[in-house]
Order: sequence, then structure tokens, then C-alpha cells
Amino acid sequence: MLEIIDVSRRYGEYLALRDVNLRVHAGEFFTLLGPSGCGKTTLLRSIAGFDHPDSGDILLDGKSLLHLPPEKRPVHTVFQSYALFPHMTVADNIAFPLRMAKLDKTEIARRVEEVLEDVRLPDKARHYPQALSGGQRQRIAIARALVNRPRLLLLDEPLSALDAKLREQMQIELINLQKDIGITFVYVTHDQGEALALSHRIAVMNQGEISQIDEPAQLYNCPGNRFVADFIGQCNILDGTVIESHSDRVDVELDGLGRISLSAHIPANLHSGERCALTLRPEKIRLAKQLEANDAELHFRGQVHDTLYMGDVTIYIVELGEGVKVEALLANSAPGRARLFDPGDTVEIAWHADAGHLVR
Amino acid sequence: MHHRLSKVLLALPPAAYLVVFFAVPSLLMLLASFRYPGEYGGLAPWYYIDDGQLSLDLTTENWLRLVESTIYLGLLLKSLGFALLTTLICALMAYPLALTIARSPKRHRDLLLLLVILPFWSNFLVRIYAWMIIFSPQGALSEGLNAVTGLLGLEPVNLMFSSTAVIVCLVYVHLPFMILPLYANLEKHDPALLDAAQDLGANARQRFWKITWPLSLPGIYAGGVLVFIPSLGIFAIPDLLGGTNGIMIGNVIKQQFVEARDWPFGSVLSLVLTAITLMLVAIAGRFGRPKGTANG
Repeated sequence: MLEIIDVSRRYGEYLALRDVNLRVHAGEFFTLLGPSGCGKTTLLRSIAGFDHPDSGDILLDGKSLLHLPPEKRPVHTVFQSYALFPHMTVADNIAFPLRMAKLDKTEIARRVEEVLEDVRLPDKARHYPQALSGGQRQRIAIARALVNRPRLLLLDEPLSALDAKLREQMQIELINLQKDIGITFVYVTHDQGEALALSHRIAVMNQGEISQIDEPAQLYNCPGNRFVADFIGQCNILDGTVIESHSDRVDVELDGLGRISLSAHIPANLHSGERCALTLRPEKIRLAKQLEANDAELHFRGQVHDTLYMGDVTIYIVELGEGVKVEALLANSAPGRARLFDPGDTVEIAWHADAGHLVR
Repeated sequence: MHHRLSKVLLALPPAAYLVVFFAVPSLLMLLASFRYPGEYGGLAPWYYIDDGQLSLDLTTENWLRLVESTIYLGLLLKSLGFALLTTLICALMAYPLALTIARSPKRHRDLLLLLVILPFWSNFLVRIYAWMIIFSPQGALSEGLNAVTGLLGLEPVNLMFSSTAVIVCLVYVHLPFMILPLYANLEKHDPALLDAAQDLGANARQRFWKITWPLSLPGIYAGGVLVFIPSLGIFAIPDLLGGTNGIMIGNVIKQQFVEARDWPFGSVLSLVLTAITLMLVAIAGRFGRPKGTANG
């Protein structure tokens, strides 16, 4: 229903968006994810109408939005700072878009009451925003943006001002709210955990370009490039050179580790001699004092270099030789111990030949 | 306990200042308003001792004079009208200017504000004399204006010594006092609020009247008080530019103390002015508070 076609935007020398193409389906929870300055906010503001692409088109239900000012677009935004009107009560804030749309009084009152029920704050109608907690303001901001039933709801890092506990609770509420009302959400965040937890699909952006668009699990397990692998979650990136590519496996010379054979998740058209990298999640790596040999696995021996105690897990940074380090983690399920190995210990690690994902 | 003590200590200097320079003088004025004028100006003694018996020598005739004569009440009303008109014109002129400054790029704002306060660098009276030159019948403004009225077959206009001259000069002198608080208010507005309003369907006019205007009211009240109060009591401008038509209550008060040497009646008029002013400040304080803060 929302189509971004070849959108570019330049601020002086700085290219904020470069030939961005994407398509958001009706009823989808779609997330734009990327580090600050990647262009995600520029793209969001372009959809809302506060910024204008230099080239390309933005279509909603097949019709271009570009000639419409923000107030005429059937798109509402939840702002990062909430932007609740401080001189209006909660009810007046929520009624604002309905009054602008010139709905009649009884209809406005009915809808305000209804949406306050939806965000579970029916008794706050007469309060001023200053009297509400951060989480409540957040819900009122969402209620205000939803009340006039936009075709599309844009959310600009709406949870970034909340503390961690509340953020998690609001994430669950957002998912349920989106499911219940069925409005398409386009959500902007730099928090990869939030993106993975909330979205149906995620577009990872970097330096004004789309790096990859995929479902969360696919994005996590099969990153399309180094940037995505590195940006989403913890990831070991082991550089190497392609030796030979077969239909079901590829032989790779990993720098400092030697020749290995990998199966599954191989990008198309890999040529011999081409540089590549194996992306490997720490939780896919087995780690023990001694590991029994297993044909399906790749085996290495190394020395613990550092440990990071995280509470639930401990991260072990293991040196496999010649400056190649990998991170592995073990759950601290044994009682009363912060870590199983100390720096300097010799350990064995192993991962399945199909565990990683090869990228260019 | 410690906390309360520091609060009291902090409040002490301003409280002492108000007592010494406002409360005590006001009480002295109140007493003076019931006394007789001295034979050569000043005040007559307010008590005398006769046969070891203390007697008060006070009168209500100063207050009766105020109530019985319509001149003073009329003049008071006229002064209120002048001050109100000045405040309105200042608000109308200051609003677009303050809004422009508040929305101009940050690096320009300081320069623009400097231009606003630049007139303060020269003496108040000098600036009023400058207006006397501008308004004088031989001045370019009068001659230009009368050339036009002459062509239209109208009577020549005399700008000097008129109510118009007084209002123009009152506005000129007090305009910065409206611009500065208004700017201070407008500059603090979160631009995201206007984005949000626009996003939710408000056009430019609706954004102004629903968001900017109501949020700027405290600034207008603050500026209004700063313009209205000095305009109400001013005597220098009507003295120099007003002639007999442009006279205001401040001139009469000054006359009572300096020329008529009737301090008690001067005190009566001053007290009335003070009372009116305090009432207006209280009203502005009530309306000037931003909405929503009471609940918070």
C-alpha cells in the first residue's frame, strides 16, 4: 500500500537518501532500522510530508503523496518527544485531529472515549499532559495519532524516552494495539532489539541506502552483508577467501584459521578467489574444555582471551591463533559461578558447518 | 528544618526590600492622604497635644474631593484608556516582530534582539525630545502630512501637543517591553508541536490560533503588565508632547506634589493608581499562568 520509489534526498554535500525503494503491505508492522544519520528519519519525514525528496516518488494506495502538504496526507505521526499540546487536556489533545477534520461534537466525544479505552487510560481525559507519566503520555500520543484512523501510522523512535522496563511493556502493548486496530505501522528505531521484537519486516538502512529488507529471523540468521550482520545482534565476522564454490557447499580459506568447508546460506555467484566473510552468531558456537569430534561440525582449539560477565550469560573471547578472535557465550546455569573458564585457559570450540552465513 | 531555614533566609532580602520600599511608603501615603497640607507645602502635623491631651488632626476631605469631582475620575479613566490603547498597539506591533525573531536562524537572533534594545542606549528624555522635533509643525512629518491633507482640501493637522503624539511616543518607548517577554515565550515553544498540529490536519492559520497563540498568552500578559503599568503612571511624555489635551493622571499627581503643594491630595491620587495597578497585576497573574500547571 505504501511504495517508496527511487527516492533520493541531498542536503548540500550530504546524501541523506540514495535511491531508496521499498514497499510496505497493508496491515504490516514495518520498521526502518539503522544507526543515527542513516536516513531513516529523513525517509519518515518525507512520508509525513515534512521533507521533500529531490527525486523519486512516494505512493500511498497507488497515488502520489508528494504534492500534498502534511496536513492533507492520510498519515499521522507519533513524535519522539510525543509533542502533546501542553495547554490542552488529554481529551482535547485527542480530539484535535477530529476537530480539524470538522467531525460533529457527539462523534468526536464518542471516538475520544473509544480510543482512550483502547490505550487503557479512560480516566485521564481531563488531565493535562504534564500530569501524566512518560508511559501514559506515550499512549496518549499514540491515541491522538490513531483516533482519526489514518491509512498509515508513522512512529519516530516513540519508546526511546522510556526506561528499559517500561519500554518492554510498551512494546507488547504496541504489538497488540497494531494487531487489534489493523492499521499499517511504519516504525523508526536505532534499537535493533526493539526492531526484532516488534516488526513483521525490517528495512536496515546505512548511509542513506537500504542494506536489506527482511523478516526479523531471516535478518538475524542470514544477514545479507557485513553491515547488517554487525549492526544486528552480536556477531563474529571472520574474513576469508573463496577457494571453490559447489552447489551445496563452498570451500573457504579463513584468514588465520585455514581451509574449511561450509554448507547452506551461500550467496549466489561466488567466484573463486573472491574475498568473503563468515558471519557467525556467538550462541551458535559450542565451547567446552573438550569437545567430542563430530563430522557435521568444524573444530578449533584456542585460548580464552577475555571474559565478560553479563549475568545470565558470560561471553568468552577466544583466540584461535594469529589474532583471530571469536566470541562465544555460555549460560551461567551452574550455581554460584560467574564463569567456567579463566583467561589463559585452553578450550575447544566448534560450530556446525551450516551455522554461519557467508557474505561478501 | 534546615531546608525551611534556608527558604526563609532566601526570601528575606526581597521581603525586606518590599517592606522598606513599598509597604512602608504606601502606609505613609495612606496616612498622608488623611492629613492636611502644610502651609508652605508638605504636610501639617497629624496630631497635636492640648493640655496633655493627644488629639488627632486628620480629615477625609481629600478622599471626598476625589469622589465629588468628576475631573479626576475622568482623567483616571482617560489615562486607563491611553495605557490600554498603548498596550494593545504594542501587542499588535510586537507579536509579528517577536515571532519573526523567535523563528529566525539562531545566529541572527542575538543581532535582532540587540536592535530591539538599542534605543535603551540613549537617554529617555533625549529620545522624547527627538519626537518633539519629528512632530513639530515645521518637521518633515507634519509638513508632509499637511501637504496631503491640503491637497484633499482638509484642515491642516497639528501633531504636536496632541493625544496622538502621546500615544505614538508611549508605544515607541514601551514597545521593547512587549517584544522581549513575548520573544522569551515564543522562543521556548517546541517546534515539534507545530509539526504535530500540521501532521494532524491543521493548516497554517489553525496552527497559529490553536497552538502558538494560546501558548504565547503568558508572554502577552507579562509584556502587557510591563507596558500598561508604566504607561498609566507616566508624566514625562504627556508633559513634553501632550499639551493640555494629552494630559494624564501622572501629570496631575506630579502637579499636586510640585506645583499645587497639596501632598495629601497627591497621595490620594497615587494610592488610587497603586490600587488599580495591583488589581491588574493580580488579574494578569491569574490569567498569565500557563494552563495545565495547576494540575501538575
